[in-house]
Amino acid sequence: MSAEAQAEGMQFHPMEQFRLESLFGGDIHWYTPTNATLWMGLAVLAIIGLLVLGTRKRAIVPSRTQSVAELAYGFVHSMVEDVAGKEALKYFPYIMTLFIFIVFSNFLGLIPMSFSTTSHMAVTVVLALMVFVSVTLLGFYLHGIKFLGLFWVSSAPLALRPVLAIIEIISYFVRPVSHSIRLAGNVMAGHAVIEVFATFAGSILIAPLAMVGIVAMFGMDVLVAFIQAYVFTILTCVYLKDALHPSH
Amino acid sequence: MEGDIVEMGKFIGAGLATIGMGGAAIGVGSIVGNFLSGALRNPSAAGGQTAMLFIGIAFAEAFGIFSFLVALLLMFAV
Repeated sequence: MSAEAQAEGMQFHPMEQFRLESLFGGDIHWYTPTNATLWMGLAVLAIIGLLVLGTRKRAIVPSRTQSVAELAYGFVHSMVEDVAGKEALKYFPYIMTLFIFIVFSNFLGLIPMSFSTTSHMAVTVVLALMVFVSVTLLGFYLHGIKFLGLFWVSSAPLALRPVLAIIEIISYFVRPVSHSIRLAGNVMAGHAVIEVFATFAGSILIAPLAMVGIVAMFGMDVLVAFIQAYVFTILTCVYLKDALHPSH
Repeated sequence: MEGDIVEMGKFIGAGLATIGMGGAAIGVGSIVGNFLSGALRNPSAAGGQTAMLFIGIAFAEAFGIFSFLVALLLMFAV
């Protein structure tokens, strides 16, 4: 078998699904509508459908859509209150926006042949950097120079404190990196593994096994889609708590 | 020939990088196992700690994802 025939027989491109494509053809510039734009727009439309249209009647006995919207609201509300404290409820709208957007993008990405926007680091880095910058600015705005007390562990022995300060500063600046890569990596890994199993389904011998694998990984991905959105928002709450109460 | 060696090094490196994900698996398993053993001793206090559980899982998992990222970069970007 020549190399060309081999390449044709076994198409193995698990990362192909993440390729950005222009919707109307042509080159991609920063203003070009791509499939990422399309699916992010669809996520926003779905959110509007759930939260605006679903709760428009404001029935005392909620309809199914309204109760889902109320459930999502109450879930994030109690999460902010539990993790970041009562004062953090002022920033609840931002955290709710983050959670709902990530959940909807993750679940829309699970539709076969769709495009998962959160698997692209460009999307998640923007989300994580917005959290990082706004939390840091908020800390300096509320506490002034005392916000730097976050890096000065006053409960440790004096000799250790400079060392700890360096570690704390490094871990503070690694935050946006791990915050964004965690979401993108998890979503990307899940979709790529499904694609790998789908490639195995091409061979008749292991096709049943591959199908079971696809179903199992898809179930796993549904879980991951929700848990990663939850983790992203809960970490936002933790960072927010650090900005509100910087002293150790 | 030289290109083949570079290609081979890429694949070997990507394979080695995925070993790091095993460490994340051990970490997550240890966190959940310890949470479960604590939760079974005092089930009434377990409900309030699920947020901490997920934060711990997220931190442990981050490093596994980093090694996965290194593998992906070796495979597709280098």
